[in-house]
Amino acid sequence: MNRYKSILCNGLITHNPTFVQLLGMCPTLAVTTSAINGLAMGLSTMVVLMFSNLFISLLRKFIPEQIRIAAYVVVIAGFVSAIDLLLQAFLPELSGTLGLYIPLIVVNCIIFARAESFASKNPPIDSMMDGVGMGFGFTLALTLIGLCREFLGNGSIFGINLFGQSFSMLIFIMPAGAFLTLGFLLAAVRKISFEKKQESKDEGGAR
Amino acid sequence: MNVASLLLLAFTAIVVENFIFSQFYGICPFLGVSNKPSTAFGMGMAVTCVITLSSFLTWLLYHHILDPLGISYLSTIAFIVVIAALVQLIEMFLKKYVPVLYEALGIYLPLITTNCAVLGSALINIQNGYNLMASVVFGFSSALGFTMAMLIFAGVRERLVFADPPKSFEGLPILLVSAGLVAMAFAGFSGVNIG
Repeated sequence: MNRYKSILCNGLITHNPTFVQLLGMCPTLAVTTSAINGLAMGLSTMVVLMFSNLFISLLRKFIPEQIRIAAYVVVIAGFVSAIDLLLQAFLPELSGTLGLYIPLIVVNCIIFARAESFASKNPPIDSMMDGVGMGFGFTLALTLIGLCREFLGNGSIFGINLFGQSFSMLIFIMPAGAFLTLGFLLAAVRKISFEKKQESKDEGGAR
Repeated sequence: MNVASLLLLAFTAIVVENFIFSQFYGICPFLGVSNKPSTAFGMGMAVTCVITLSSFLTWLLYHHILDPLGISYLSTIAFIVVIAALVQLIEMFLKKYVPVLYEALGIYLPLITTNCAVLGSALINIQNGYNLMASVVFGFSSALGFTMAMLIFAGVRERLVFADPPKSFEGLPILLVSAGLVAMAFAGFSGVNIG
């Protein structure tokens, strides 16, 4: 059980795909105009990642080394199409706002990276947990970015307006705001991790 | 579609709806290989080749095979397979017949399969109902926009080397902030009223 916990934490914090590994930047920047969009994109990616990791891990002994990339692409694209169709059928509004970025999950580097570096070498349950952890880390990051952008750009949180219509810095909803928000959040994450490292160093020195 | 509307389409794709600064397609190679103008140009050229050809092929595939058979829900899978195969073919072709170009573009070619600009433009062509000519023009011009953005940003990055940001901003954060500033300049184009 402990092993699964460490796999989950690995994806969620220590190797967070967005803030630490810097993978999957396109959806991270594009769909985070509001917290709810970020959350939806993160969850869709998580589902795809979970199933693609599971299946690639199950197939890892049958896929020949030379054509593995092509095989992964087909597996991933299959799941992405399924999610795309499900969203279109049951959540048409959401599928409208996320638009092309749902089919574009196929070329999200996080999914390739996990397939190549984890699922192709580990047993199915571990791989699925890794997918959940990484996907959850991605969801967390996207929601956080969405929250910041929505709050600054629109004065609202999860669609609930806090300050009335007058409070809005439109630039944060616009593309430029995406780059700025991610840049500042990354710097903040680094600052915190630097301080953590410094602390643990200090403690080590005192002992 | 006449020439004027094609030109309009091209202009929109290059500046107003620039792939990088307003649509966020292809951010990974944009941040990854824009450290020197020469590599940025190499990547841009390779992407332009692939997008133009793939726009042509995926349009034919969709309108002559997938749509008539009623299996258009498979388009994502079919397109990505076509793109992966195309990239592989171009790589083999260049290696055999144009080794000079292969040397220059070689390392960028495999990266293009996972560039979302390629799949993105193929899907946009279908979604917006462009005809064959418009699809190719759209693919080519949005790839030009991509190349232009890469070159502009490579120039910015060359200056950035001499900057001295706070420690936690070093590397990617300051890069993203400068990309944000360039994107602000591009946002000016979205006010351009075409038509």
